[in-house]
Amino acid sequence: MRRAVKLGLAGGAAMVLVAAIGMVAAFQARMLIDPILPLGTFFLYLVAFIFGWMASKPPVTLEGFEPARAGIRNVLAGAMAGALGGLCVGLLLIVMTTWDLRGVFIALSPELAEILSFGLPVAAAIPVIALVAGAAGALGGAVHLLSPRLRRAVLSALAWVLVFSLFTDIFGQAFTALRLEFLVDFIYTGRGGALTIVGAIVVFAVFFVLYWWMSGRTNTLRQRVQSMPRGQRSRWQIGAAVIILVVLYFVPKIMGPFVSQILVTAGIYLLMALGLNIVVGYAGLLDLGYVAFFAVGAYTTAILTSPQSPAFSPELSVVASIPFVMIAAAVAGILVATPVIRMRGDYLAIVTLGFGEIARILLNSEWLAPYFGGAQGITNIPDLQIGPLTFSTPQDYFYPVFLFVLFAAYVTYALQNSRWGRAWMAMREDESVAEAMGVNIVTAKLSAFVVGAILASFGGSLFASQIGSVFPHTFDIVVSITVLVIIIVGGMGSVPGVALGAIVLIVLPNLLREFSEYQFLFYGVLLIVMMLNRPEGFIPSKRRAQELHSEEMAQDAWLEIYGEKGQPEQVPEGAV
Amino acid sequence: MALLEIQGLSKAFGGLRAINGLDITVDEGEVVSVIGPNGAGKTTFFNLVTGMESPDEGSIVFGGQELVGLRPNQILQLGMARTFQNVRLFPAMTVMENVMVGQHSRTKAGLLGAILKTPSQRREEREIEERSKEVLSFFGTRLAGYRHDELSMTLSYANRRRLEIARAMATNPRLLLLDEPTAGMNPRETIELTELIGQLRSERAYTIVLIEHDMQVVRNVSDRVVVLDHGVKLTEGSYDEVSTNEKVIEAYLGRPAELGA
Ligand SMILES: Nc1ncnc2c1ncn2[C@@H]1O[C@H](COP(=O)(O)OP(=O)(O)O)[C@@H](O)[C@H]1O
Ligand SMILES: [Mg+2]
Repeated sequence: MRRAVKLGLAGGAAMVLVAAIGMVAAFQARMLIDPILPLGTFFLYLVAFIFGWMASKPPVTLEGFEPARAGIRNVLAGAMAGALGGLCVGLLLIVMTTWDLRGVFIALSPELAEILSFGLPVAAAIPVIALVAGAAGALGGAVHLLSPRLRRAVLSALAWVLVFSLFTDIFGQAFTALRLEFLVDFIYTGRGGALTIVGAIVVFAVFFVLYWWMSGRTNTLRQRVQSMPRGQRSRWQIGAAVIILVVLYFVPKIMGPFVSQILVTAGIYLLMALGLNIVVGYAGLLDLGYVAFFAVGAYTTAILTSPQSPAFSPELSVVASIPFVMIAAAVAGILVATPVIRMRGDYLAIVTLGFGEIARILLNSEWLAPYFGGAQGITNIPDLQIGPLTFSTPQDYFYPVFLFVLFAAYVTYALQNSRWGRAWMAMREDESVAEAMGVNIVTAKLSAFVVGAILASFGGSLFASQIGSVFPHTFDIVVSITVLVIIIVGGMGSVPGVALGAIVLIVLPNLLREFSEYQFLFYGVLLIVMMLNRPEGFIPSKRRAQELHSEEMAQDAWLEIYGEKGQPEQVPEGAV
Repeated sequence: MALLEIQGLSKAFGGLRAINGLDITVDEGEVVSVIGPNGAGKTTFFNLVTGMESPDEGSIVFGGQELVGLRPNQILQLGMARTFQNVRLFPAMTVMENVMVGQHSRTKAGLLGAILKTPSQRREEREIEERSKEVLSFFGTRLAGYRHDELSMTLSYANRRRLEIARAMATNPRLLLLDEPTAGMNPRETIELTELIGQLRSERAYTIVLIEHDMQVVRNVSDRVVVLDHGVKLTEGSYDEVSTNEKVIEAYLGRPAELGA
């Protein structure tokens, strides 16, 4: 019970925070399920639901002990935590209606009071809020009562309802493009409108049945593919790849320019993330100034292709600029890597952070303005042109970006099991030992930086030609940080993980325009939650997953006791 | 002919003279044990020879070439590989990968070769794999096939020591430097490792220098024993000569307060 009280108060604090920073009010305009559930209210009570779930989570038990059986206690604990949270919100309501605090918290407006109180007078509203929050918390607690299979199906189906209600534009667009307008009319209040109650129930039911039926079956499918003879399996895999490619071919056509633009942006970030993954994930070199390589790619293409380039303007085509982009990136990689060859860990991070900022400041400087255009940047960069094909719309750019991403993913896989890939990993694990085992550290560091720089510069080049202009302020430290967060959250060293990371961190906040203001808050919360619960990332590489459990350790403990009998002297030493 | 010839080697850490005017010669095909109380400077000696620390004074000539001033990877390339007293594998790499890294300096493939998967790169990659398996097979069932794809951190302590030897063997050395290879092993494993050191010499023709505390092991494997104390060579000779030498007995027993310093 103390746990429930504690988490209830924490949940209350989180709910008050969400309201006070304006999220609730900002989200309220958006209806999730018409007319009963606006996004703001949903978000507020989602917090109560989550804290109710946490409050009633069975405590960690010792191995060999029966875990306490889930029961009505879970629901009560959840309800209690939720209700407490609700009371905190009630308190906020009293405070904000009594005093005008808008001098400090702009978001504490009468509109927010209206939302929080469900339009009731304050005295009547408080028990209602506590009741609703308590119910949300109780539901969170009740999750523990469901059998794992049922829980999975229910939560997944709920998640899909949320997806359908959040991304109405996309589903509207996709269903229309696929000539399924009747579906839009059926589940939504109109194109781009909210889900109807019937629609929500239908979506829930469809996905519930789907997950219920599927659970237990995906594994057997995977096993079946795995137990196939080699030839047949690779035919299956090729078939799956072809299907995925065909679907991807149609994605921009179905999704339209808005979503395609987001996908192009995400693809460029993904390209950078794959490059940084080689530098940080493989070679263990924490580069915080990675954006510099992106800038090198963008500016090289800009200078070589744009007629507006101030000093030197050969007006090449974008494709013809690519070899020069690679050379420039390789030079930049070597320039950054050379001074940090003998640096390790934190020092390396700080120095590269400095390099990133230096790059931006130089591009912005008056001094170099005759070459780079200073704050005015370089405009009029032509579209990408390959033979007779001209790429101009976001839909067009989806394909080249996708091809580069595919190439980067291939490089990542190819290098993983190669002589230098292993040398990088050895260097990441223990630099001195790697050197003592024959790895030339200088070459290893230079090559990791060069490969990473070239992949990022491709991103920069595509970015410049798609946007048509480059400005120094684009190449901000925030880009470096975002790329790093993508790899950490997605799963360092894993290509599917990094791809999912780019989707979650770039696509989601851009699709939900209401959220984009809170993008960095979202990153922060996500990072904290991930570090606490799943430090290896969404889809960890096999290696990192395995790192978390070790089998022969028990044997080890035994050896340490027993081994000493055979030792005349066994004093552990500090120095090697 | 002497494979390794060290003269006047000195190294100080601040005021502490860890190695002080050391002369050691190792002949081709010999097994030499370096013994001495804790803190005598044995590991520092290995660090100096392998280039992981640079000496203040002295010369280290290996196969006719001066090593002082070379980077550790260059020294390894000349044919010298070591293990570490406190086992330093690459923990998040598999058993196989650990051994494969050992062959880095003996292979050539570059980044482009790996990306383009050129025939020569693929051939080399196959050879690396075969040779790694061959090296691991030297340890019989201890590092058998089903362990190859496990992360090295999941291995038992004794197996980690074996894997470290395998990784050193994969570099194709002439001289192996083993730093306390039996530390932390139980009696049965110690006997097994003693036999293994014998095989390293007889089947693989390595010259071996090992640091060892277990006198049984020292007696069974060494042609010659060098005794270090306070960075100075006390004496050297056969096991029997050394074990009855008064200075040695004094170094080990006469100042018990300093044991384990
Ligand atoms: N990198 C170092 N920095 C400072 N002192 C060191 C370093 N390495 C070794 N020493 C010191 O040198 C002495 C010899 O150490 P070492 O060679 O490890 O002895 P051992 O014979 O037990 O292997 C010890 O007193 C140790 O503390
Ligand atoms: Mg030592």
